[in-house]
Amino acid sequence: MISTLQQQTTISGPSRLGEALRRSLACGGCCTRLVNFGVTLNRISILEHINLHVHCGELTVLLGPNGAGKTTLFRAMLGELPYTGSLHFVHAGNEERFIHPRIGYVPQKLDIDTLAPVTVLDLFAGALVHRPVWLGHSNAIRAKALDMLSVVNAHALLDQRLGQLSCGQLQRVLLALALTPVPDILLLDEPVSGVDPAGIDLFYRMVSELRRTFDLSILLVSHDIPTAARFADRMIFLNRTILCDGSPREVLAGPCIRQTFGIDLAAAGIQQLENRSEHPLHHEVCAIRTTDSIE
Amino acid sequence: MTFLYSIIAYLPFEWAQFAFMQNALLAVLLIAPLFALIGCLVISNQMAFFSDAIGHAALTGIAIGTLAGLADPLWAMLAFATVLAILVSVLRRYSSASTDTIIGLMMAFAVALGVVLLSRGGGFARYSRYLIGDLLTITPFEILRLVLLLAIVTGVWLTFFNPLFFTCLNRSLAKARGFPVWRLETLFAVIVALVVTMTISWVGLLVINALLIVPAAASRNMARTMTVYVLGAVVISALAGILGLITSFYWGTATGATIVLFAMGFFILSLAFRRR
Repeated sequence: MISTLQQQTTISGPSRLGEALRRSLACGGCCTRLVNFGVTLNRISILEHINLHVHCGELTVLLGPNGAGKTTLFRAMLGELPYTGSLHFVHAGNEERFIHPRIGYVPQKLDIDTLAPVTVLDLFAGALVHRPVWLGHSNAIRAKALDMLSVVNAHALLDQRLGQLSCGQLQRVLLALALTPVPDILLLDEPVSGVDPAGIDLFYRMVSELRRTFDLSILLVSHDIPTAARFADRMIFLNRTILCDGSPREVLAGPCIRQTFGIDLAAAGIQQLENRSEHPLHHEVCAIRTTDSIE
Repeated sequence: MTFLYSIIAYLPFEWAQFAFMQNALLAVLLIAPLFALIGCLVISNQMAFFSDAIGHAALTGIAIGTLAGLADPLWAMLAFATVLAILVSVLRRYSSASTDTIIGLMMAFAVALGVVLLSRGGGFARYSRYLIGDLLTITPFEILRLVLLLAIVTGVWLTFFNPLFFTCLNRSLAKARGFPVWRLETLFAVIVALVVTMTISWVGLLVINALLIVPAAASRNMARTMTVYVLGAVVISALAGILGLITSFYWGTATGATIVLFAMGFFILSLAFRRR
């Protein structure tokens, strides 16, 4: 079950073309491509006509009201639900290669018995090696897990039980696991629900750094629009299909958010964007959290 | 095998001199640790109710085997339990009903069918050994057959332990990592079904599930790591097995049930040592 780290050379970031122009072109570098993607369950169409290119090195935030189909999109991409249309990863080296993307996934929460005798190392070993986890761990897997955990600044958690971890710590551990091996696209489903504001900021900062380090496509579902807007390269508003797609500024100013969530929120988001342009890595804890009001 | 018998016969106890007790002790030392090993994942996967249903479904297997005129209904039981396990797994995948409901339905169906078939002509009492189990009647041939079957099951279990373990933790995560989740879950169901069915006539339908989950539950209370958890369950199970067997010899009680009472004793003890 161990696969080697992705054999992908880092491809330099997109050229400085206009956002719209760049998106209209075929994948530059590499991207994950959904073409006419749709999900129908019990004859009810949940998602339809989704056409989406998620470029490598791009952090795309997925917005939408509850029931919009965000989690369904993820579950279909993971292969848990049947879908129509196509999903593939386009790797442009010398020639374009179409393959099913290797997906890294961080679930909203891990329903785990707090008493379960499972350590972070057990989690890694269970996913990556054949030797039954209760027969002890090889030095190789220990080193590997430690390596990946240190990427998300969680190396101290190696021997902790999963039940002992805080929400934020667990999210970082799951993120490290999702990065082993480095995926083509990383799906994060409301990764910061239940994490305190400082932790949210830290998480976003880490994720946006990872996308540069590993040249990752990241698709992130969030209800925390102001914070997400500060870190996103691109925002997509989803409700059964893609309604708005563009830079955070475009999407926040556009009609989608205004109509669904009310004008105040969009204004707050733009306010945050102003902060972002002045201080790209703003350390102040985000004052407005919208998660509670929307849920 | 003769070697093992002579070792047991050297034990300075009255019970150790009887051939049937020597057989029973070997069987206990074979069955109990394997049950504990599998029980560890039964608990993590919240499959306790499922394994109970499989135990009950063995009744229908016995009935079908008897009707088909087989001298030993083991193969019919194995086949029926396997079919039922796969059926539950299929229904879980395609039905919108909750797993509990599906398992409850299947169990009710299997038990009713078994009782109807076996009670035809009013002869149900003949089959009560399957309800209570009789470890003391196990023969060396049956032990050898058990060794073979259990070796196969253990091999499969160990080969797929990590994928099964990871699937138990979180289905979606397992799916994302490319594990064949549904096939693993079906494999898991079939393994539980096979082990329960193979041993039911010695342990007894009524208490077999307890033997599967109680040692693991006791160990889980105390363990901090997977190693301690699994090995603890094996040790507790083996101890409860030996103590239960000897006690049942002196008290003249059903062996399976006595073993379960000892396992429960360990469980209560484990509550006192529960880790914070």
